[in-house]
Amino acid sequence: MALEEYKGVFIFAEQVDNKISNIAYELLGKAKDLAKDLGTEVTAVLIGSGVKDLADSLAVYGADRVIVVDDPELKDYRTEPYAHALASVINEFKPEIMLVGATAIGRDLGPRVSARVATGLTADCTSLEIGNFPLEPVGNQEQLHNQLLMTRPAFGGNTIATIACPYNRPQMATVRPGVMQKIAPIEGAKANIVEFNPGFTPDNKYVEILDIVKSVVDTVDISEAKILVSGGRGVGSAENFKLLDDLAEVLGGTVSCSRAVVDNGWKPKDLQVGQTGKTVRPNVYFAIGISGAIQHTAGMEESDIIIAINKDESAPIFDVADYGIVGDLNKIVPMLTAQLKAAIK
Amino acid sequence: MKIVVCIKQVPDTKGGVKFNPDGTLDRAAMLTIMNPDDKAGLEAALRLKDQYGAEVTVLTMGLPKAEEVLREAMAMGADKGILVTDRVLGGADTWATSTTIAGALRNLDYDLIITGRQAIDGDTAQVGPQISEHLGIPVISYAQAIKVEGDSVIVERQFEDRYHVLKAKMPCLITALAELNEPRYMTPGGIFDAWDKEITVWGRADLKDVDDSNLGLKGSPTKIAKASDKVRKGAGEKVAFDSAEESVDYIMSKLKEKHVI
Repeated sequence: MALEEYKGVFIFAEQVDNKISNIAYELLGKAKDLAKDLGTEVTAVLIGSGVKDLADSLAVYGADRVIVVDDPELKDYRTEPYAHALASVINEFKPEIMLVGATAIGRDLGPRVSARVATGLTADCTSLEIGNFPLEPVGNQEQLHNQLLMTRPAFGGNTIATIACPYNRPQMATVRPGVMQKIAPIEGAKANIVEFNPGFTPDNKYVEILDIVKSVVDTVDISEAKILVSGGRGVGSAENFKLLDDLAEVLGGTVSCSRAVVDNGWKPKDLQVGQTGKTVRPNVYFAIGISGAIQHTAGMEESDIIIAINKDESAPIFDVADYGIVGDLNKIVPMLTAQLKAAIK
Repeated sequence: MKIVVCIKQVPDTKGGVKFNPDGTLDRAAMLTIMNPDDKAGLEAALRLKDQYGAEVTVLTMGLPKAEEVLREAMAMGADKGILVTDRVLGGADTWATSTTIAGALRNLDYDLIITGRQAIDGDTAQVGPQISEHLGIPVISYAQAIKVEGDSVIVERQFEDRYHVLKAKMPCLITALAELNEPRYMTPGGIFDAWDKEITVWGRADLKDVDDSNLGLKGSPTKIAKASDKVRKGAGEKVAFDSAEESVDYIMSKLKEKHVI
């Protein structure tokens, strides 16, 4: 592989039901920074059926070019036709960097594609930058420049590692949603579209979709919320989340939860914060009855202000909280809601 | 039906982590468990065995000590255990790990391969899909329910706000979520039997159709530039009042101070 043939920063523009996912705009924001450092351009790869009309919105958020792979086989996400589409784009257009969201789609598509094009993939990155590998010169090993340095937490958030992919291209990463920043929209931007279709022939790897069952509850995106009122096992029951609903309502916030709450069936999975849920960084994060296992704090510790209420004074949540209150949530939360109501109106 | 479940012995991350000087993990120095998603995958396989009849083989790659998770799996009801271990396989990233495991799987007959979605040490969720790509079979990731119908599997595949019901022809690879089921306990008889069963040990020479350039630390396209303990945000204030009123006054004062209200 002649590495220098690979040029440009590409992102996979995830869409679901022909609506671009937020992660695509976040990736474009980061890709813009990387492309600037490398003196190259940003390309979004848009894959789906009847998706060409969505391309302009990618230009609005910073794509210099949009490669559209549009085919009826690509209507709903399935691993094989999407992997074929993205791997074919990589083989044809040869990007030096390929970014994919670390979503339920991206964490399936990314590894399948990286294995097909025989390159490395770094999972669930929280920081990306251009730099040298090795970071500092080492003996007689050649130090390579303009490398993608991918930083990610591992071991349940206990450690952080920076990883490079110096001898293979593209350098691929999946990127955790809610971490990278979108650019200010460039109103009225029109996409420079390149259409590409590698041909789709169903084989043993094509699975059949028998049914699509959408979550019945109204989905709110907790990663977009400015104020999160988050509950854990200590809330005690699904019914008792009413206390948190009321507090969230008076603050104009959103309710989220820990994994224990999802496991108990009290709240749906899409409200879960943490390693296996979503990463959030709201202005204010209330952690109510959440013990604060590292798998949880990994998903919320970047919040601006963390207020924890827990009756167990040794709960690890107090190690990351700005303000920790040892006390009974059943007394404190309703009283706080009442006082806020009086103060805000 | 023949089912192979790929399992991993992982450090129990609650016990803290230790590194070798080269930035890779010092696995030998940590307490270990069977990775939770893998255990759910094993339980799913054992339920298919209970329901339809199947031979369940567990396969792991790791240090010789990883035999422990194979014994545990056999005590739960797995029929056979295979340990892939060799110094030249050490330090592998997800690419080199998946080429190794695929090389081992090529020696076996299988209708279904089940892996956990992700291991709690690396949290990458990459090895399952990468194995399926090397073997040229379909993958269904994030399985929350699995059943068999003739020569196909029907799987509920979880996404953020929905699930898809997918049908795939076997052979196929499925990655299992911990929420798939509640794994059974080992039984005393099972533990007794597990020590009687033989574990097959394979090294580099037993891997089929794999090039040396795709194995171990050298065969890993991703390289660790730096690894360190995470610098954590320090604790702020912690208060304990006698009354809820005082607690609420405290929170209100902080919300005002920070201009939240």
